[in-house]
Amino acid sequence: MTTTPYGRETLALHAGQSPDPTHGSRAAPIHFTTSYVFPDADRAAELFNLERPGHVYSRISNPTNAVLEERVAALEDGVGAVACASGQAALHLAIATLMGAGGHIVASRSLYGGSHNLLGYTLPRFGIATTFVDPRDPDAWRAAVRPETRLFFGESLGNPGLDVLDIPSVSAIAHEHRVPLLVDATLVSPCLQRPLELGADLVMHSATKFLGGHGVAVGGVVVDGGRFDWEASGLFPTLTEPYDGFHGMDFAEESPVTAFLLRTRREGLRDFGACLSPMNAFQLLQGLETLPLRMRAHVDNARAVVAHLDGHAVVERVSYPGLESHPDHDLAARLLPFGCGSILSFELKGGRPAGRAFIEALKLFSHLANVGDAKSLVIHPASTTHFRMSAADLAASGIGEGTVRLSVGLESAGDLIADLDRGLHAVAKLLKE
Amino acid sequence: MDLDVLGQRTRLYTGGRAFDRRLPAVVLVHGAGHDHSVWNHQARHLAHHGFGVLAPDLPGHGASAGQPLASIEALADWLAAVLDAVGVERATLAGHSMGSLIALEAAARHPARAAALALIGSAAPMPVAPVLQEAAETDRPKAHGMINQWSYTPASHLGASPAPGLWLPGANARLMGHQHAGVLATDLAACNAYQHGQQAAAEIRCPTLLIYGERDQMTPARAARPLREAFTAVPGGTRVVTLPATGHALMAEAPDGVTDALRGFLAAR
Repeated sequence: MTTTPYGRETLALHAGQSPDPTHGSRAAPIHFTTSYVFPDADRAAELFNLERPGHVYSRISNPTNAVLEERVAALEDGVGAVACASGQAALHLAIATLMGAGGHIVASRSLYGGSHNLLGYTLPRFGIATTFVDPRDPDAWRAAVRPETRLFFGESLGNPGLDVLDIPSVSAIAHEHRVPLLVDATLVSPCLQRPLELGADLVMHSATKFLGGHGVAVGGVVVDGGRFDWEASGLFPTLTEPYDGFHGMDFAEESPVTAFLLRTRREGLRDFGACLSPMNAFQLLQGLETLPLRMRAHVDNARAVVAHLDGHAVVERVSYPGLESHPDHDLAARLLPFGCGSILSFELKGGRPAGRAFIEALKLFSHLANVGDAKSLVIHPASTTHFRMSAADLAASGIGEGTVRLSVGLESAGDLIADLDRGLHAVAKLLKE
Repeated sequence: MDLDVLGQRTRLYTGGRAFDRRLPAVVLVHGAGHDHSVWNHQARHLAHHGFGVLAPDLPGHGASAGQPLASIEALADWLAAVLDAVGVERATLAGHSMGSLIALEAAARHPARAAALALIGSAAPMPVAPVLQEAAETDRPKAHGMINQWSYTPASHLGASPAPGLWLPGANARLMGHQHAGVLATDLAACNAYQHGQQAAAEIRCPTLLIYGERDQMTPARAARPLREAFTAVPGGTRVVTLPATGHALMAEAPDGVTDALRGFLAAR
């Protein structure tokens, strides 16, 4: 990365923050304030009118949040970022900035369930339609484009099969149609992949996961790569025509490389209000400081776990892009050279009863619906998140009755393997009965 | 707004308020590989405080059509053509870096058009390191990295942008990347070739402001001194403002400092 002379470990610790000039505080202070005193009436008007940079009200910007935004933007090599209340808020904010009723999205069908709900069920109620496509099929992306398409969307690593999104190819198709590609990079973090360098235009994270890493704070962030030419596209009047709701601003004329962020903050945060608490921003910053170290350790532990599970007597198959058996193994080697993260799934012999027996035998892995915590997590979709679904419906979603998903944490690898062995022994016992 | 200047579409950013030629006009000229958006804060401020602001995208830059012009002298004449196009006789000419040379040369060649002059991050001569010129011609991302390295103070390399949520090194690299191939190389060659700066300064008789960044590595104080001392005919001498802890990217690193210096200078007139 030539943008800055600093490496990612340095940026993770320092980007976006100077020591507090008033008190010399080394850590980023928590600016727990809703609002900011204007020195005089003139200055107030100038701040509102963007004649001067600064903070007006914490729904729109906050100094602690700004450190987080700048740090994530630096790590992703973007031009800036907007922090939000959650990853879902970040996704909604990006979409709502780019389109209104009548808009259309082409999205990978391998998405986090929450994103699938937003695109498939909720946004249609507001007139925004989505066509879901097989992310591995370039023709499907191309065929799904309509005149009203305004966005391509996929995940770096898809859910639940950990499909690797071919960002260079999908972004090229998006650009053929003059629309941007937004990538949800939650499962990889900027330490394993920088989607903007691969051709994506926008990146979002559920910062709740690896960016924070501690599992104590919900938050989200959307990063703008600044490369998409909104004026040349001609498809985005929200960015290229005067907006009566904010000083008649034509955002792309105002700033060609930060137009998206301008509208996201000045309209999206202002009106939808899904802002991040500065306390959460502070907690997420504490996590970010160790992100490069943690991601290396996550990947090392995941590889150890995969090696143990792959070929085990009660395991049908393991799905992890780092394995040669994974259909995207070659693509992963190209796009995820530092590792494929620490989320993996595997299929137990014995179906739903085996899944239940496995989960109940574990002592170290926490049974819950989250990923990306420093602590190892496990879930058996067929008995929890997807328990109402038939075997056929599960199969259509790429989930087997014995599928178990792991989020491998930072514990000692030997302890994790010993814990998994408890579950595997329970399954073996069940299969014998 | 977009306007025809010498037969080519030209983007003129007016600071969020329609240009009114009855107001005192201020022209803000961007530097090498940039466009009008480097002036967002200053342009908005002046446009909302009684000035008619014109921040053009130079030919071939940003949203302006055409090819980049190869010499500071040609760009200075083009700037006069911008004033003709909007029907303005005299304006304060302000420029940053390469833009400061264009403003200086325009004020010398067309003294009747310059009500005042403001040079930001300026030096003349303005030699360009051969390694940067070569990178601009053969490896643009490398050139953008060098410019980032030399444009910001060490503190700014780690950010803490005055504008919430912006990552300044990324935004600057992307703004340069937004320009067509060849634009930066042409601009840098024009800066390097321009040798008329001190002579032009000696001819300037309008009020003149010089704004420097205390930590500027691109046009450091030592290199800027010959130009500063060449303004021998300015009545009352030049006004000099040095912004503390600021590098060459003055409008990004110290937006309020630049705005206040410009506004104070214009108000004093």
